Amino acid sequence: MAAKIITITSGKGGVGKTTATANISVALAQLGQKVVCIDSDIGLRNLDVVLGLENRIVYDLVDVIEGRCRIRQAMIKDKRFEGMYLIPAAQTRNKNAVSPSDMIQLCNEIREEVNWILIDSPAGIERGFKNAIAPAEEVLVITNPDVSAVRDADRIIGIIESEEKGPARLIINRLNPEMIRRGEMLDAGDVLELLAVKLIGIVPEDEKVLRSTNIGKPVVTHEKSIAGQAFRNIARRMMGDDIPLIDLDAKDGIFNRISRIFNTGGE
Amino acid sequence: MTEVKAIADFPIKGFKEGLLLTIGDGDWNEIQFKLLSQIDEKTKFFKGAKIAIEIGERVIHAAEMAKLRDSLSDREVKLFAVLSTSQVTDMNTESMGLKTRKSVLKENHAGFGSAVLDGEPAILLQKTIRSGTSIKYAGHVIIDGDVNPGGEILATGSIIIWGKLRGSVHAGMDGSESEVICAMELDPINLRIANITIKNNKLLRKLKRKPVRIKIDNGKLTIDYWDNKK
Repeated sequence: MAAKIITITSGKGGVGKTTATANISVALAQLGQKVVCIDSDIGLRNLDVVLGLENRIVYDLVDVIEGRCRIRQAMIKDKRFEGMYLIPAAQTRNKNAVSPSDMIQLCNEIREEVNWILIDSPAGIERGFKNAIAPAEEVLVITNPDVSAVRDADRIIGIIESEEKGPARLIINRLNPEMIRRGEMLDAGDVLELLAVKLIGIVPEDEKVLRSTNIGKPVVTHEKSIAGQAFRNIARRMMGDDIPLIDLDAKDGIFNRISRIFNTGGE
Repeated sequence: MTEVKAIADFPIKGFKEGLLLTIGDGDWNEIQFKLLSQIDEKTKFFKGAKIAIEIGERVIHAAEMAKLRDSLSDREVKLFAVLSTSQVTDMNTESMGLKTRKSVLKENHAGFGSAVLDGEPAILLQKTIRSGTSIKYAGHVIIDGDVNPGGEILATGSIIIWGKLRGSVHAGMDGSESEVICAMELDPINLRIANITIKNNKLLRKLKRKPVRIKIDNGKLTIDYWDNKK
């Protein structure tokens, strides 16, 4: 099968890496794909909580790497979604418990059995981040439309380029059309213009995200959520489908402009 | 490639290595016949010539090529290159020991070295200079791309940016005040030529979103906007 290995990263913390990993993974599983998501944030694990699998953890990533269990034993099957698995991070260790080559080896071991391996990266540009991108074939960079998150995304994209991981694709998360209209937030065009990478999706601000994170039920499962729809679209774009960006406000010129940029590949 | 001699059916150009004949569409045997009879008519002109033929995307097999080469050499004309856009033809050409477009171009480029005028060392970077990237160079730096906030360029020479300058730049690092900084749009975090910096400068506040050149004039940084009315 040879899975496609994707790492989701951001540089800055709190922009939505874990939320995006959880939701895209579930959306891919709902499309009939076999997905393993790996939490590489050793010591600060979160992905299990967002996915609502916290109380199912027996073995974790470090247990696999240090040989205390087989990789199959650490893969937690999500009973709600057919074909969805999680390899959780260790909570009681730190980033140095894992090396980039450990990550590559681990991904190679499971890649024949699944369609996708999604790796949730920790914030920062140190060891944990290096571990997360080492096995990646493609990197998705997630940012919020604010100056500091975009600055960090720019730095991360530079590192990904120098690691020859191919061109990164961008997710703009928590875009608030109302604030853009009031001129209080960067719009997607500003962000793309600075970062000069291809866009794979824009996720609007949605209160349902926080609520679904707290109850461990990813927002993609919520049919009416606009953020959920955005994540479903990202998953389908990853599958190679040509999906236009959702129109948040037909009267607003901003989103027409975004979709124009998207259609021309962010150039 | 210089003069064009319009002799009958095939446009002929003279170039450094010899003559270039451009062959159009049509039946290969017919074309070969026409070509040879044209050469027979102008034996004086062609005798001892080295020719290359340009055949576009036409596929010619090695046997056909060999036949043409033999017929030409009977007339004391040497076929030395077959320029085509077809990979198959290129492979056949190479197997015959003839030159292809690639090898001819390569040799022509090798000849460029001596033609260079008295220039100064410079590097061209065709990419975005992102946050955390530092470019240091003893010479001039040309960027085809943006310089983002957090990116920096340090050069002993001038800095030319075909893009937006939003990071930090320092031209004339070793004190040369004759260096310039050019950008399509300027909004720098820090900008310096020799030892003069734009920080806290009045210039910074009234920058326009226009292509600009910054240089030192009477010990001060001055801004020239590029204006096509000049």
